[in-house]
Amino acid sequence: MTELTKKIPEQESGAGSASGSDSSGPEPILKVTGLVKHFPITKGVLKRKVGAVQAVDGLSFDVRPGETLGVVGESGCGKSTMGRLITRLLEPTGGKVEFEGRDITHLSAGALRPMRRDIQMIFQDPYGSLNPRHTIGGIVSTPFKLQGIEPEGGVKKEVQRLLELVGLSPEHYNRYPHEFSGGQRQRIGIARALALNPKLVVADEPVSALDVSIQAQVVNLLDDLQDELGLTYVIIAHDLSVIRHVSDRIAVMYLGKIVELADRASLYTSPKHPYTKALLSAVPVPDPSRRGGKSDRILLKGDVPSPISPPGGCRFHTRCWKATEICGTTEPPLIQLAPGHQAACHHPENAPDQRPQDTVSVAARETVELAGETPAESTEKAESTEEAESTEKPAPGDAASSDTASDDVASDAPSQDAEGPAKE
Amino acid sequence: MAAYIIRRVFAAVLLLLVVSAVTFAIFFLVPRLGGQTTDSLAAQYVGKGADPAAIAAIKANLGLEDPLYLQYWHFIKAIVVGAEYNFGPNPSVCNAPCFGYSFKTHVEVWPEIVQRIPVTFSLAIGAAVIWVISGVAIGVLSALKRGSIFDRLTMGVALAGVSLPMFFTGLVSLALFSFHWTIWENLEFVPFSENPGQWAWNLILPWCTLAFLYSALYARLTRAGMLETMGEDYIRTARAKGLKERKVVVKHGLRAALTPLVTIFGMDFALLLGGAVITERVFSFQGMGAYAIQGVTKSDLPIVMGVTLVAAFFIVFCNLLVDLVYAAIDPRVRLS
Amino acid sequence: MSDVSKTDTDAGPAGGESSEGAARKFLSVRDLRIHFDTDDGLVKSVDGVSFDLEAGKTLGIVGESGSGKSVTSLGIMGLHSSERARISGEIWLDGEELIGAGPERVRQLRGQKMSMIFQDPLSALHPYYSIGAQIVEAYRVHNKVDKKTAKTRAVEMLDRVGIPEPARRYNDYPHQFSGGMRQRAMIAMSLVNNPELLIADEPTTALDVTVQAQILDLIRDLQKEFRSAVVIITHDLGVVAEIADDLLVMYAGRCIERGSSEKVFYQPQHPYTWGLLGSMPRIDREQTDRLVPVKGTPPSLINVPSGCAFHPRCPYADVPKDNLTRTERPDLREITDGHFSACHMSRAEREKIWTEEIAPKL
Repeated sequence: MTELTKKIPEQESGAGSASGSDSSGPEPILKVTGLVKHFPITKGVLKRKVGAVQAVDGLSFDVRPGETLGVVGESGCGKSTMGRLITRLLEPTGGKVEFEGRDITHLSAGALRPMRRDIQMIFQDPYGSLNPRHTIGGIVSTPFKLQGIEPEGGVKKEVQRLLELVGLSPEHYNRYPHEFSGGQRQRIGIARALALNPKLVVADEPVSALDVSIQAQVVNLLDDLQDELGLTYVIIAHDLSVIRHVSDRIAVMYLGKIVELADRASLYTSPKHPYTKALLSAVPVPDPSRRGGKSDRILLKGDVPSPISPPGGCRFHTRCWKATEICGTTEPPLIQLAPGHQAACHHPENAPDQRPQDTVSVAARETVELAGETPAESTEKAESTEEAESTEKPAPGDAASSDTASDDVASDAPSQDAEGPAKE
Repeated sequence: MAAYIIRRVFAAVLLLLVVSAVTFAIFFLVPRLGGQTTDSLAAQYVGKGADPAAIAAIKANLGLEDPLYLQYWHFIKAIVVGAEYNFGPNPSVCNAPCFGYSFKTHVEVWPEIVQRIPVTFSLAIGAAVIWVISGVAIGVLSALKRGSIFDRLTMGVALAGVSLPMFFTGLVSLALFSFHWTIWENLEFVPFSENPGQWAWNLILPWCTLAFLYSALYARLTRAGMLETMGEDYIRTARAKGLKERKVVVKHGLRAALTPLVTIFGMDFALLLGGAVITERVFSFQGMGAYAIQGVTKSDLPIVMGVTLVAAFFIVFCNLLVDLVYAAIDPRVRLS
Repeated sequence: MSDVSKTDTDAGPAGGESSEGAARKFLSVRDLRIHFDTDDGLVKSVDGVSFDLEAGKTLGIVGESGSGKSVTSLGIMGLHSSERARISGEIWLDGEELIGAGPERVRQLRGQKMSMIFQDPLSALHPYYSIGAQIVEAYRVHNKVDKKTAKTRAVEMLDRVGIPEPARRYNDYPHQFSGGMRQRAMIAMSLVNNPELLIADEPTTALDVTVQAQILDLIRDLQKEFRSAVVIITHDLGVVAEIADDLLVMYAGRCIERGSSEKVFYQPQHPYTWGLLGSMPRIDREQTDRLVPVKGTPPSLINVPSGCAFHPRCPYADVPKDNLTRTERPDLREITDGHFSACHMSRAEREKIWTEEIAPKL
């Protein structure tokens, strides 16, 4: 919490700017505007296009130098595609990616090459991403060969320095990937990514294939390297606990869109988007006292809809307990609801309702159940929430408290304090 | 499902057209590109030292001077409605489907092929039944008893079967069973309709020779597929249900393990339908393979072309069958 | 059972208990060992594990990859190939010993009295058979009923596990289901015969967090309804805390700590358990600056370190005197009622480290 309050003054100046970024702060190292990637679906002998997987559909965000942006979402939300787009392993269908002020959206492979030095990627699978026939030395020195760079003191010396940097022994130079454990392989992948002294590192699920005890080693390593080398990270993961630990700011994605983008503390203590709230409440916590019905868990019903034909309006409205008519028709824009906190929702949690005149439909109430309660109770709860929201002209603090009935994660934080000054 | 079938059939018809075009190109276009004149091309249809009149007649009959698309059109038209050639003393009729007319022997190719189809089919079908049953059975057993003496022995024999050339095994078996022990002294093809018993009896040796190679191959493939499948998670699930091991193997393992074999079988079988060249030769059976050899050795282009086309048609047809069988086996194909 | 009390290994709560004692519990595993012969040597995947489980209760088995947790569960189900695995020890299920029982008897129990859910429902369901057909098959193995009755039962189960339009989805194939729905179908299949023991091997690892919450909720509800005993195997401490009454922590094929969830989470007694707790970022606590990882990597199961298998990674390996951690394997000893730990440190030493060094950092 202290972190959040601390951040507010510096955030305030940026409030209201179109992309929600800090206009007075340092130039963003990466600026993404309206990023779109559709994968066409073809059919028949003639391969005629019958539709598209709308993997990423209009993302706008900035990454500031030295920060870690966490991107979290469930499978199929487009987070990995996003990672491949900003590293330009994929070419965007639309929108713009600017790296240090330079438009790299449609650069050719040749023109991209110098830029590849500055943007590197770490992959999830430490087994699949290292060529088993090459030695560690060969793998880590590949970037030098590709870029035609001769580091000071020779390639071998530099590779050994990198191995040491990521916590491996320089003697590992001539060994092969199969001689290493998963955690060590991930370190090799990190060493390779760092070889050319990149500015931005995009890590796609860097620890999800690793055991818990090893996960922590790699997370700490990434942390140390950031401090030491001044790296900027975009870390993509599905694990909300890991994301919270590593990130300064977090983007929550759902079906190809960012539904919420906020500072870490603000996001976890007072999530604004119902999806974020449901996601946070679903994280299992290693504390048996919260077992069973004791925690007010929001259980979303059903599955994420297909990205081939995503629902109109707000993409989350089919599973949202707060959905009203407008949610099905009008897509909510990603707007600033508190300093450093953007969300795309008509009826946000912990913030003034954007469309107070709309009432919750009966169908919406049935989209969730609160764990450990009978359905009747949960309906009542939804009703009381709805009443609180529709009758009161919501002051920011009230909006948060009206909700505590069904929210655990948000309520144990004194979010009112943080939000009070936010209301312009 | 219906859409899938229609799509596949449509694709097969398209493929047939492509096949005919390629065959046409090989026999008419490529020689021209290689610098052959229409005269030398025409000469191949009547043999060396033919008189210029005959060559001119061939050129006129085949329309060798026409533009290519027109030649191709005649080629296709002949297959569909037949053709008439004015060569030699009497006009010769080539009835539909006209897969060529041998100007050297004054014989239509298609009836010759039709006459030989029973031989080739008898050979192919019988051998296929033997090799599928024996190959799959041996493969499954050695996979289940992996590392046992049975496994090592059969896989050793299978390796030999895959490595030994057919003319070798064919000739050795002929030498042993026909000349040495004289079990089959007179190995003639007897049509099934005439005497089914004799038909089968006389085919045993060619069937076994042909099946030996294939069953060795299929045993190895089945074993590999079975070993892989039995390690799958769904096999563990089947066991976790409490199914009897036999049911786990047959219902859950075998079906998945054999699916890839369907493709291979489709190809192998289709190739044999176009003529088991070596086997027919070794046992002196007058099948399509023998006919093709006759065409090649006598440089009788229409025969070679006709057999090529018919064989290609069989392959396309079998491929279509494979696609349909796949859809029946695997719902992921059927429903995607 | 006398051999168990004689061995210096994990004797378990039923330490000197007789077979009859073990037989009284619903599920009782005694000194289970599962070893595999490989070209590289003998792999001791499970090396002397014992535990009890009562009907209606949930046991969580926690460990990292290679700790032997899945091998243990497959061993209970009798799913190891008798040619490849060497199994010893005793497994008592409702008064019946399974390792000595013939394979045919274990097969009859499988899917009926005990059943299992697997990690990845896409690969665990047969791609060629419809969901319905697979459930019907599971039902008809153990019940002599006609297809129609079995179908009714299958649809009823699909409905029970929350699959919408069960009668229609009955005919669908696994690839037409979403990940969460497939796991529901898998659960329906494993519960179709009302098993008294359900083993869930990483049931939610392949699923998204919101779907995971749904599935855990479902398992909990069904357990209440059917009063079955549940063994849940996972690497995720959050998941076990959600659902397990008792916890068993495994390391290198052995149980290193066992007790009620409350005991193990609030007063863990083994440095490895501390390591696991310190390694995970926790969403329910204040943000910490750094995680406290366990150094090194899990050991090879062919060359298990001497003494305490955890000693090369243990920050407190030098606390016990006489180099004990390197020379002698610690027994699983009872600390408080029902809470066991295999560590050479004295209880006082452990309590001190826990309260002074570990707990404040969590």
